Amino acid sequence: MICCVCKEKPATVHLTQIVGEKMQKLDLCEDCAKAKGVNDPTSFAMADLMLGLGASQELDPTAGALEIKCPRCGFSQADFKKSGRLGCPECYQTFADGLAGLLKTMHKGTRHIGKTPEALRKSRETGDRLKLLQKKLNKAVETEDFELAAQLRDEIKALSGVVPTKTAR
Amino acid sequence: MKNLHEFLISPTQATQQHGPHDRIVMSSRVRLARNVRESSFPGWAKKPERVKILDSILPAVSALPEMADSFAESMDNLTPLDKQILVERHLISREHAAKSVGSGIVLNREESFCVMINEEDHLRMQALRPGFQIREAWNAIDQMDSALEKKLNFAFDNELGYLTACPTNLGTGIRVSAMLHLPGLVLGEQINPIIQSVNKLGLAVRGLYGEGTEALGNVFQVSNQMTLGESETGIVERLEKVLAQIIEHEENARLSLMEKKPKTVYNHIGRAYGILANAHSISSKETMNLLSLLRLGVDLNLFPGAKRALVDELFLTTQPAHLQKQISDKLSAEERDLIRADMVRERLKGVSRPVTK
Repeated sequence: MICCVCKEKPATVHLTQIVGEKMQKLDLCEDCAKAKGVNDPTSFAMADLMLGLGASQELDPTAGALEIKCPRCGFSQADFKKSGRLGCPECYQTFADGLAGLLKTMHKGTRHIGKTPEALRKSRETGDRLKLLQKKLNKAVETEDFELAAQLRDEIKALSGVVPTKTAR
Repeated sequence: MKNLHEFLISPTQATQQHGPHDRIVMSSRVRLARNVRESSFPGWAKKPERVKILDSILPAVSALPEMADSFAESMDNLTPLDKQILVERHLISREHAAKSVGSGIVLNREESFCVMINEEDHLRMQALRPGFQIREAWNAIDQMDSALEKKLNFAFDNELGYLTACPTNLGTGIRVSAMLHLPGLVLGEQINPIIQSVNKLGLAVRGLYGEGTEALGNVFQVSNQMTLGESETGIVERLEKVLAQIIEHEENARLSLMEKKPKTVYNHIGRAYGILANAHSISSKETMNLLSLLRLGVDLNLFPGAKRALVDELFLTTQPAHLQKQISDKLSAEERDLIRADMVRERLKGVSRPVTK
């Protein structure tokens, strides 16, 4: 098992923390554990660690001023630390960077597989198709296959017309 | 307003529902977590917003065909006793029982669907089935969800799937679970390795009332933990496989106990019968643990003529809120212990002592 922070050294420090009713697990190498202040349990909270807020930053009185807040509901990282739950659906966008690591340790994957609301199914499929075409286009340009590139560009244009917004949030 | 006690099916009826493998799998459940767009999650929303959400969701859920003739109520209209009864029936969570204004419940007549509104998420819809029927439960709740998405605007992200208050439910928002009675594995001291290997597969094993509760009466809940990166059917199929294995292990544990240590088994079951049939004061916890052994005795044919349903009924009616409901006066815990013992003695009158070879 490798450290889930530096992803290099073997993990020797294993942590389990209960937040609310949820269990979180972390595997760290010794250096990362020290750097995150895990040795001192009083200054450590897993939500901080996962959302990229070190213990030292938390004690900084100016930290509050810089803190990110969800523009829709006013939820902050400190609130997440307290409850382990988010404020509103939009919070997932607001805290996307900090959540990415957390989701990786929590779930099997980081992309949803499974049921999609009927109304969004089409736009989701189109979004996936667009991504694929864009990738192909980049490759075609790289290999200077301009005929294919032009064809792909037209396809992308046609598809983009179908869905005005690529991400249906 | 409908009366909850008149609405709920009687414990006798409730325990006479049968399903596949119900010797071991007491019930199956699939719940989906859903939230509506542009609203704060219940834990963060202020009271007026929660009330507004409830007022829009409650009628939408009640109007579903599955919910024709349902019990639909705001939580502040339920007494603490009502809420506790719903918890003992496994229809709502303990967390939901603590809710009041701005939260609600919609329960259908058959008690096969129960929707909690503004628990941790705006919607927690559950399909419940007796015995081992997680696939059936998933199909049922999938259908209800598809009908509801036409009326409500669910928060969904192309990458992250259904957005939930807690990141642990993100993606499918599904929790597939089965309630298992595993006295053989407990008596055979094999339960801990089983729990550990089930945990290793990314599944959770919990006690009788879900998260953070102890396994009273040798009853365990097994459920998926991860919800993102695996499809609903993938999760259902994985759980089906694991549950089938646990059932097999429990059956084997019972066989091997009867082969190798019949005296131990007879001793446990005989003592359980002795106490239950003769006690004059007994706590709810002790009752559950002893009823579990009685249930095992019925499964092993040590009580010819006795039905498992009788034990299951006592398992329900001896719990604090169900017991309190039968008596009009407010009882203290000590008084409940006396009445509980009277009730159990009375109901076990028709059951003779275990027949051992």
